[in-house]
Amino acid sequence: MLAKIYITLKKDVLDPQGSVIANSLKSLGFNNIEDVRQGKFIEVKLNTDNKETANKQLNEMCEKLLANLVIEDYKVEID
Amino acid sequence: MKSHVIVFPGSNCDRDVAVAIKNISSHQPQMIWHKETSINQSDLIVVPGGFSYGDYLRCGAMASTSPIMQDVVKKAREGVPVLGICNGFQILIESGLLDGALMRNSSLSFICRDILIKPKNQSSVFTKKTQVAKMPIAHNEGNFFVNSEQLKKIQDNDQIAFQYCDENGNVSEHSNPNGSLENIAGILNENKNVLGMMPHPERASELAHGCEDGKTIFESILN
Repeated sequence: MLAKIYITLKKDVLDPQGSVIANSLKSLGFNNIEDVRQGKFIEVKLNTDNKETANKQLNEMCEKLLANLVIEDYKVEID
Repeated sequence: MKSHVIVFPGSNCDRDVAVAIKNISSHQPQMIWHKETSINQSDLIVVPGGFSYGDYLRCGAMASTSPIMQDVVKKAREGVPVLGICNGFQILIESGLLDGALMRNSSLSFICRDILIKPKNQSSVFTKKTQVAKMPIAHNEGNFFVNSEQLKKIQDNDQIAFQYCDENGNVSEHSNPNGSLENIAGILNENKNVLGMMPHPERASELAHGCEDGKTIFESILN
């Protein structure tokens, strides 16, 4: 089973990297950019078919290590 | 006086800290490899700076899961003084001993230069001997952040150890090198026996460094 994990900065946390990327995109002529937020994407392969167990484990992984809950939100997707 | 310095793969300030402690206390600290699982009776545990695990995932995140950290957390909860410097501060945050997060510097650049700090909490075992002090910072992720609720908690509980300031001790936006909330350069845990700080006192601890202001922090703990 393949899980996809998206980690993003919380909405109230400033993202200076995102701002710089937005400015660079604008300088390339993409003038309709409102905002850019940068995050992380992690793939985890699990040797289980049980979606419920996997989902529980993946959430635990995010909370214990993969995301920093002070500044980041996470979203787990299972194929 | 027994002190211990934890060494992770990628630590690079471990020996500097050991020299600073030896010079001030005349006791040689014991170096503890991160794969070990326990620390003997200790009067001070230092989690030094560097780039543990190459800063993978987030600075300090991998090191916080090293075997030795379980005992560091246990000793810290029992009241043993624990000092985390730079990457050590990041590791202590990731291990849950300190509040907040250390984000990328607001300038998006690695900053390596002398700065000035002053203690906000003036009574802790770490901060009681320090006035306005000069020492270097050398980091890419030192931009301290907590949400407003947590900020109020650490302010009310006098947990702000050091703030970036100017030569007159004024805490201003101008004296903030990395965008840290409230110019925070170091914080304490609730019991004030754990300090995490981004500046490097061990790199300002002898005349050859050009400045000895960092000594006050070690003297405060060791004497």
